[in-house]
Formats: sequence, structure tokens, C-alpha cells
Amino acid sequence: MHNPYLPYPVRISDIITETEDRNLKTFEYVFINPEDEEKFDYQPGQFAELSIAGKGEIPIGIASSPVEKGFLKFTVNKVGLVSTHLHNMKVGDVMGVRGPLGNWYPWDKMEGKNVVIIGGGFAFTTLRSSIVYMLANREKFKEIHVIYGARTPGMLLYVDELKEWEKRDDIHMHITVDATDDPDWKYNTGFVPTITDQKAPPATTDTYAIVCGPPIMIKFTQPVLDKLKYKHDHIIMSLENRMKCGIGICGHCNIGRHLVCKDGPVFTLDQLNKMPKEY
Amino acid sequence: MKVLKITKEDLAKGLDTLNKSFRLIGPVKDKDEEFHNFEELGQGELPDFNFRNTRLSPKSIVYPQSEKMFEYTLDSNDPEHDILIEVKKEPSPQVVVGIRPCDAKAFSLVKLNFDTPEYKDPYWLRRFEATTLLGLACHNPCSSCFCASAGSGPFNTESLDMLLVEEQGGYLAQVLTKKGEELAHTAGWTDEAGSDAQKQIDTMKEAAEKRIKSQISTDNLKNKLDMEIYEEPYWEDVSFSCINCGTCTYLCPTCWCFDVQDETCGNCGIRMRNWDSCMYPLFSLHGSGHNPRGEKLHRVRQRFMHKLKYYVDKYDSGIQCVGCGRCVNHCPVNIDIRRVCELMNRSEVCPVTTE
Repeated sequence: MHNPYLPYPVRISDIITETEDRNLKTFEYVFINPEDEEKFDYQPGQFAELSIAGKGEIPIGIASSPVEKGFLKFTVNKVGLVSTHLHNMKVGDVMGVRGPLGNWYPWDKMEGKNVVIIGGGFAFTTLRSSIVYMLANREKFKEIHVIYGARTPGMLLYVDELKEWEKRDDIHMHITVDATDDPDWKYNTGFVPTITDQKAPPATTDTYAIVCGPPIMIKFTQPVLDKLKYKHDHIIMSLENRMKCGIGICGHCNIGRHLVCKDGPVFTLDQLNKMPKEY
Repeated sequence: MKVLKITKEDLAKGLDTLNKSFRLIGPVKDKDEEFHNFEELGQGELPDFNFRNTRLSPKSIVYPQSEKMFEYTLDSNDPEHDILIEVKKEPSPQVVVGIRPCDAKAFSLVKLNFDTPEYKDPYWLRRFEATTLLGLACHNPCSSCFCASAGSGPFNTESLDMLLVEEQGGYLAQVLTKKGEELAHTAGWTDEAGSDAQKQIDTMKEAAEKRIKSQISTDNLKNKLDMEIYEEPYWEDVSFSCINCGTCTYLCPTCWCFDVQDETCGNCGIRMRNWDSCMYPLFSLHGSGHNPRGEKLHRVRQRFMHKLKYYVDKYDSGIQCVGCGRCVNHCPVNIDIRRVCELMNRSEVCPVTTE
């Protein structure tokens, strides 16, 4: 019987410190057994459990994209026991990855449609995966907008890629920071909801918004999307809850009858409106 | 279905035989002689059937409170260091004798969680497959038993391989599955009961069901919206006295939630899982400090909503409760699932009263 709790052994192949506060690092992994990579067949929006022997497991969104082969990438905020230990690990160290887990953004529904990505802070990881995926399959989508904000320029993730995407004419980038005194900052200044109000395209039946960010950003972005007349089944969100098994068995992450790990993490706002606010 | 006749002597003899090839587990009186619990029976030791039900549910027989999942070494000289290794240990075949029908039925409710189309929990499933359940019908239910209206019953046969029904001088035994047949064969129980045995059992069953005075109504649960029940004002009163001790989840035969922890000693360690309880704040606490169920009202509501509403909707089935009454008997502040079920199930909204 296949054991769904058993992680694939992986080796850390690269570590990038993403932000000026040094609390966010991106870890790149390679599979120790090459055949495991084929089994790890994922979609943008899914997550995995990062497993460290002796410490435990943490559920983290997959930041790499299925169109990138040979490695997996996860950006991890230093918060608790496992993430703190992970931040002290080095390139070459061995650990485990278990997944892919959960559902994903509705790529079949979004094919041939406009996609507006709205992200804030370090919740940009699976959004990065999505952007890389959409750019590699550019003909499958109509207009792509990205509104992404952080507190300061130094808190933005994947800065080099953001700059590259800014230069392209097949994706509308709206990068913003809450505030900065950096004279070289040439992008937007203002909170994500404000920039959404100014830059997001108006709602159509062919336009989907993917919203991912801290609760405060989500709280103030929703009225803006309502004002722009986005239908709640066209607003897609990704949730987090405390998890253990990641496969819908241990019971930790439920919201009503739904389990964030297995029925989510991706839900439409329409679905969330009918669920308890237990996230 | 075959019905056997087993004398008390033959039962003892058969169990003795079974004890040689199985791990035999049965109810025994606690050393302080206050209550019964399921324990492994030593050679020659017999189960004590002079009990109503055990203090703890027998769920740990299939789903131990603490269970080793993986092993690892952190010794960097070992080529497999930091890699989790599956503990390859097949569970030994075991027979649970004297399990009550409610507790056996609980396994079939819990199985829906551990045995899903996408993921199979190998630990629970392997142990369940290695287990034969030899049930004991209830003639004298406790005053807090409400199994008959909770989808179970004193003679319910779900999940059981054999059911023993006590009668004068011995037992009538319904052989329910292939496992049950093999068990009877190994034990040497071969005397078939007379043609009216099934009728006899049915009569006793009816009498036993009549003795259950306590009941619940669940007919409206499915039709209500979950948010409608969730937002009811009575949760404040229901949860008011709760001290979040977790006794209800610990005793409940259908509570299945678990936590996963690593434990290292020197360079070696294990990853294990332990029963967890939705009554504890840590159960849902985020790394950020945010807690979606930070108040006890949230947690008490979660437990009842899960058992009586979420489960019903998710599996399109009955409730996740077999009416064993343990949580009713042992709640230190007298929270009563029967009363909560009544509130959740009532069809018209009336003023909140909790007496």
C-alpha cells in the first residue's frame, strides 16, 4: 500500500535571501531519486509539505512552475520551529518534500480568458508559479494583469523577474509599495486596493481575478472588486490553515465540511461566502 | 447467514484456542474494579462479559493513541541520514472479543475518513484488516445510551464479523462475514443452532431496543443550511460551561483527528502521530498567532457541527455518532450531545432556552 505520508528525499540546491529583513528565503530543491520528479506532477496553485527529520513538516505553496524542469522552489517566511530551522540549513543539506497537495487555480476555466493577479507581501509564491506558467503558454490567455505590492521595495519577492516582466508588452505589470523614500523607485506607490482601483481592468464574464495576500489586503481589495463589478465566482482566492497531513485525513484545517488541504487551498469567493469564516 | 450455538464452556475453550494464533483483546475489569476496559488477554485469561460498556472506546485497538510512522537518523555518516524510512511492520492478526455493536459501528464511520478514493491511510487500514470483531449484543443498555436513534443499535451488526447474543446457558452466534466463518472454524465452534434461532435473536433484539429510553432526532439536520445552524445564538449557552478538557474527543469512538510530531533521541528519532483534539486552541493556531477558532465557542461548535452536520453533508450519510453515551457520562460540566442535537435539529426557531 502506497504511504501518502512519506516524503520524497530532496537536496537543497540553492538558497536565495529574498527580502531586506532576511525573513524570506527561497529554497530550490532537486530530487535525490530522479524518478520522484516525474511522480511530483503539479499545477500552479498547489502546495507541498516541506519535511525536516526531527523538526516536522510545514505546508508551503509551490513557487516554481511546472514549466520549469529539474527543480522545485519554495519561498518560506521564518515563523516557527520548522521554518526557523530551514532558514539555518545550507545548500547540499537533505530533507523531504511531500506532495503535490491540494487543488489549483482553475486553469481549464481560465483558458482563453483575461487573468488579473492581485498579490500582496509574501503571498506571491504560487502567483509567481502562475505567471511563469501563463507566460510559457501565452497563447492560451487573453490580457494578463499583475498587481503586486509590498511594504517597501526591499520587501518585494523575485525582484529580478518582476523587472523582466515589466519590460514585456504581453503582460501588464503594476508593481507597488506602500511607501518609499527611494528616489530610484520608478513604479507605483500606494496600497494594493488603491492600485487595484486605478489599474485593474473592468469586470467582464471573460475576466478572472486571483487574489492572494494578507487578510488586511483581502479585506480592502474585495470592496474594490465589487465596485469594478467582479462576480464572486470570478474571484479566486487561496487559503491557509494549520495543517498536518495535507491529504484530508488528520482533521486540522477544516472550514465547515471543506478541508483546506484537499478541497482547497483554492476557493472562489462565491464558495467562501457560504462557508464559516474559520481561516 | 449461519447461527451457531456456543455453550459458555465452548466459548472459553474456543477463546483459549484463538489466543494461540491471535492477539486476543477483550474487556477486563480495571485493577481498582471500578470499570472495564479492553486489554490484551494473556494465555488462559478470559474476557469479563459482566459489563455494560468499557470506560474507553476500543478505537485504540485499530488506531493507537500514539503510533510510529517513520524512523530517521541524523548521523551524517549514514548514507540515509535525514531521510524518513517507513517502519515495515505488519500488524499482527488480532481478535476483539466482546466489543459492543455501537463501538463496532464506529469503525465503519471512521473508515470513510481513512479510506478515501484518493488517499489510503496505510496504518489504520492495515490494522483494521488484521482485526476480527467478535461482538457482544447488549441486553441491558445504560440510561445514557441512544444508539437506536443514532443509526446503530444494541444488536447492530455493521463492521462485526460475528455477534454473540447471550441466552440461558450460553450464546447464539451470528456468523456475519468470511472472517467470522474462519474465526468460528479456528475456535472449533461448529454446532449450528436450531431453525428458530434467528427468530429468537430478533425477539431479543426488539426487547433490547425497547429498553433504550434515550433518543435523539436527526431528521432535519440534512435539510438545514450549515451556516443557518452555525449562526444560531444557542452556541453561546451550549459552550458556556465547557472547560475545553477534551474528554469527549478522547473517549469518543468516532473522533479521529491526529497530530504529527517528531521525537529525536541522540541521532535517531521517529515521526509519530498522536490523537489530537479540536477542543484545544493549538489545534487550529496559525504560525502568525492568528487563530480561526480562538474562542471556546468556536471549538465547541466545531465539534458538534462536525459530528452532526458537516459529516452528514460530506458523506451524505447519518451522523458521526453511534450513541454510546460516553461523552454524556463523562463530561465534567454535563454538556449533553443529545440536547445539542435537539437544538440543531429543531425545525422552528424558538427562544433560546437551555433550562
